[in-house]
Amino acid sequence: MIKKEVVVIGGGPSGMAAAIEAAKRGAEVLVIDSNQKAGGQLFKQIHKFFGSSAHRAGVRGIDIGNELLTEAKENGVEIWLNSIAIGLFAGKTVAVEIGTDDEEKQVVTVQAEKIVIASGASENVVRFKGWTLPGVMGAGAAQTMVNINRVLPGKRILMIGTGNVGLIVSYQLMQGGADVVALVEAAPKIGGYAVHASKITRAGVPIKTRYTVVEARGESRVEQAVIGQVDENWQIIPGTEEVLDVDAICIAAGLKPLTELAMMYGCRMDFDPVLGGWIPLHNHNMETSCEGIYVAGDITGVEEANTALEEGRLAGIDIAEKCGYISEADSEAEKAKVWERLDGLRLGPHGEARMQAKLHQINQFKEAVGGE
Amino acid sequence: MGVRVEEHVILGEPEQKKLVTITVDGKEIQAREGENILAALVACGIIVNRYTEKRNEPRGLFCGIGQCTDCAMIVNGKPNVRTCVTPVKAGMVIETQYGVGKKVAVND
Repeated sequence: MIKKEVVVIGGGPSGMAAAIEAAKRGAEVLVIDSNQKAGGQLFKQIHKFFGSSAHRAGVRGIDIGNELLTEAKENGVEIWLNSIAIGLFAGKTVAVEIGTDDEEKQVVTVQAEKIVIASGASENVVRFKGWTLPGVMGAGAAQTMVNINRVLPGKRILMIGTGNVGLIVSYQLMQGGADVVALVEAAPKIGGYAVHASKITRAGVPIKTRYTVVEARGESRVEQAVIGQVDENWQIIPGTEEVLDVDAICIAAGLKPLTELAMMYGCRMDFDPVLGGWIPLHNHNMETSCEGIYVAGDITGVEEANTALEEGRLAGIDIAEKCGYISEADSEAEKAKVWERLDGLRLGPHGEARMQAKLHQINQFKEAVGGE
Repeated sequence: MGVRVEEHVILGEPEQKKLVTITVDGKEIQAREGENILAALVACGIIVNRYTEKRNEPRGLFCGIGQCTDCAMIVNGKPNVRTCVTPVKAGMVIETQYGVGKKVAVND
């Protein structure tokens, strides 16, 4: 069995931030990442981020991704790619499967003093007649195709959902040369930021609120989409159906935290719809109910890349302290600065519900586990 | 039908990759070495990767990041290869997968 001081599962923004903070204070850190390149979803986020300058507003996700990879390298963070954590066992042991599907894979176990689970989230689906036809896909899948693989997943696209993912991916598909036929939103209001929505409406693409998808039609691939207006009870109003000629339907219906490893280890969980479903409870330092097991990023509740980075930093700083590389006083002072920025990110009409939900999560931890 | 995005307003031109030939259900197509197999297929307009075991329904790109297995195909004789996260190598032989793919007889 391989031994490492710190193992970080997932090399997205939260995992890389945790790894960098721990490594630059002296810890030996291994990041396990299932992709061909670390950085998580940052490299498909080609738009400029929002917030104040303290939160890197105006900087694109891809640039933040490149900075993280450089900083990790400079601080000696070891990264295993094409490596999936397939199990988390007693005694802080991770089972890792290494290799791509076309090769003979290898399974190794790694034991650590501290573990950060930064596994992220997966896309929710909406089920409707014909939803399994090729051409129906997650909005994130479409974003990966156009921005990473540089291939359009369709030429005429219907987007379901108008949260920030639905809005941003629609615009990015248009930037890639696709024709977005319409966006439908079952709720009475657009879910995401007005600034993203107006880019789409300025281009002449209709955003239809109180509308949803009824059916995907086609023989062995999507050829048409049927949409319809919904009433107060979310039922289709007969006679409002419209048929659109499309070759792709993208689903942007939110994300849910990937909590399997935390559950497997026995971390105390809580259910919170605001944060995306089941989430592990954690304290102010991002440590779960299991000593030495930390969580950061979307696994702790679906937010965005900036909050993920800050949560990762909290975990990394706390781990550096617990491993004896910095004093408790220094650690507390540095974590306080991170918390100030995190609170700033959870302000305003879009952040308030998340702020309350995260507070509830930490209070639940205190009740269930005790401690600070 | 997919289309390659050669020019991009923010990303510029794509990273230059060597052109290689791969075989899909007996037909040769051009792909870029190191790109994901699924990208090469979508760029050629191939969007059905497999048919389901029970109802023989077509499946294709759904999550794009290796989580859902809808894009699994047979690659060089090996079934259940997630084409969205497996890089192209020159000369790869790719087949549409029916059900769970070819099974290796264990007790024969």
